[in-house]
Amino acid sequence: MNLKVKAQAGSFESSDVLIMIEPVESGSGRIIELKSIVMQQFGDDLLAQIHADLDNFDVRDVRVIVNDKGALPPTVSARLETALKRSAQVQSGTLS
Amino acid sequence: MKNKLQIDIPNELDGIGRLEPFQGAFTKLKKGWMEEETVPPPNKAKMPHASKMCANLKEAILKTKPYNGMTISFHHHLRGGDNLVYEAVKILADLGIKDITLAASSLTTAHDPILPYFKDGTITQVYASGVRGELGKAVAQGALEKPLVIHSHGGRVRSVHTGKIKIDLAILAASAADEEGNATGSHGPSAFGSMGYAAIDSWYARQVIVVTDNIVDYPCVPQSITQNYIDYVVKVDSIGDPSKIAGGTTRITRAPMDLQIARLAAQVIEKSGELKDGFSFQVGAGGASLAVAKYIRKIMKQRSIKGSFLLGGVTSYGVVMLNEGLFRSIFDVQSFDAAVSSSLLNNTYHIEIPAGLYANPFNCGCMTNKLDVVVLGALEIDTNFNVNVITGSEGYVRGASGGHSDTASGANLTVVVCPSFRGRIPIVKEKVHTVVTPGESIDVLVTERGICVNPARPELKANLEAGGIKVKDIKDLAVEVEKITGKAKPIETTDRIVGIVEYRDGTVIDVIRQVAE
Repeated sequence: MNLKVKAQAGSFESSDVLIMIEPVESGSGRIIELKSIVMQQFGDDLLAQIHADLDNFDVRDVRVIVNDKGALPPTVSARLETALKRSAQVQSGTLS
Repeated sequence: MKNKLQIDIPNELDGIGRLEPFQGAFTKLKKGWMEEETVPPPNKAKMPHASKMCANLKEAILKTKPYNGMTISFHHHLRGGDNLVYEAVKILADLGIKDITLAASSLTTAHDPILPYFKDGTITQVYASGVRGELGKAVAQGALEKPLVIHSHGGRVRSVHTGKIKIDLAILAASAADEEGNATGSHGPSAFGSMGYAAIDSWYARQVIVVTDNIVDYPCVPQSITQNYIDYVVKVDSIGDPSKIAGGTTRITRAPMDLQIARLAAQVIEKSGELKDGFSFQVGAGGASLAVAKYIRKIMKQRSIKGSFLLGGVTSYGVVMLNEGLFRSIFDVQSFDAAVSSSLLNNTYHIEIPAGLYANPFNCGCMTNKLDVVVLGALEIDTNFNVNVITGSEGYVRGASGGHSDTASGANLTVVVCPSFRGRIPIVKEKVHTVVTPGESIDVLVTERGICVNPARPELKANLEAGGIKVKDIKDLAVEVEKITGKAKPIETTDRIVGIVEYRDGTVIDVIRQVAE
């Protein structure tokens, strides 16, 4: 997936997650900034999930800022997917 | 040494002494008496017509001759508006008093301002039903020199009787008092309702100061606290924030999930067979618990059921049910909102009771023993129905034992209501971080995702199923929840024990360890 612009999805509400995507230069890798109210319990799981999702979308170079308020795994994936698609401008009809 | 729940309890702990492991909810009570010796209350004397009035709190505290290592006590009836604990501790700290044991009936976020005194050695130990906010975090991080002791409301009375809590100075806030120290919380600008938890302190403390923002002409009626126990009386400008002490009514939640859980819980109570003429009832004030009262009220009206008494922490919703004639009486150990005060003052059948009558296991029958139905909350519940209401998902102390274990042991039907998970944190799980109430006291768990009956109550399960209610195995529910949330890593702790949780009979049901950070 070819990221073009800064984009975000989600919210900073309880049980949701706010995800921001920023394209970075090719070759700089993944910079993941993860904050979560369940860091102690699920921090590792969250990080692994984000990497797996980025793998699925074939995103190697990106800055991802995750601000999690206890979202369930499907919510995290959905928010990440939307943010990525907004960044790549492949999803019409959504806010960029 | 392992207790009945297979939790390791040390034989002895610095700052507390010998520990007795929990042996089961009724093992000690079945003997019919308490083995521990009780201490006599102090005998004091005053000359006729000597004045008890002091110009300010500092003068009163100085008269009691405070010393290092003393135990001071407070009640928590001022709820979120309490400023007296801070004022008093600050005076003692400024006098250079160290190594104080703080034996408040409970500590709330209103007490956050005393945190510096946890850290500088002014306060080195706490006995309380609950600790929250910054204080609870600090305790779990090891701020106190000696372990925190969590007790139930009934258990606190026992601890005072046995001298485990030996109060040197009780400082009791009242919303009205006279010059001799007769005092009440039922009227005045800062009216807060029942003074139920303060009675035992007034009887047993070596010295007692009554503090009020409202001195009334002698005599102050009703006498929640009576003059023969009071050494000094202080009139202050403020006992705290009256908008938080005397403000507002408790509203029933509008959160759809809590309401759904409450609706299910009311059905469970109806089909259990306990909802009948003359039944007695208690609900907590939080989220889904109080909302159960709304649905029970509806069912009682539909079926013309008249109950006997409402017990416990009383909300204005309970007062509504009393006034509608749905219950004959309210026994009020603690008023959860200030709208209750006028009923307590004016309605003969709204009766103030001390904590011992409410819930002390060692007497000839506390009122929790006569409960038919109680609805309680939970921070966590395990697959053996053991409930945690004291430590949060980070391992910090952020709750209160309160009357949880007292009412659960007494009631015919103990219903726990809670969501199956909160945010991403599983609530129904294989193991809870801290046990406060043993699973043997819990009869049924109601969540939005299923209703689980304790296997020790097959007749209850049969009643519910006959009433068309689906029942789920709690182990299956825990597995289902884990599939949704993922498996949470357990809270990391060090070996250091920073607190113990006493069961109501004084045995130790669990310990709280310092969180690793």
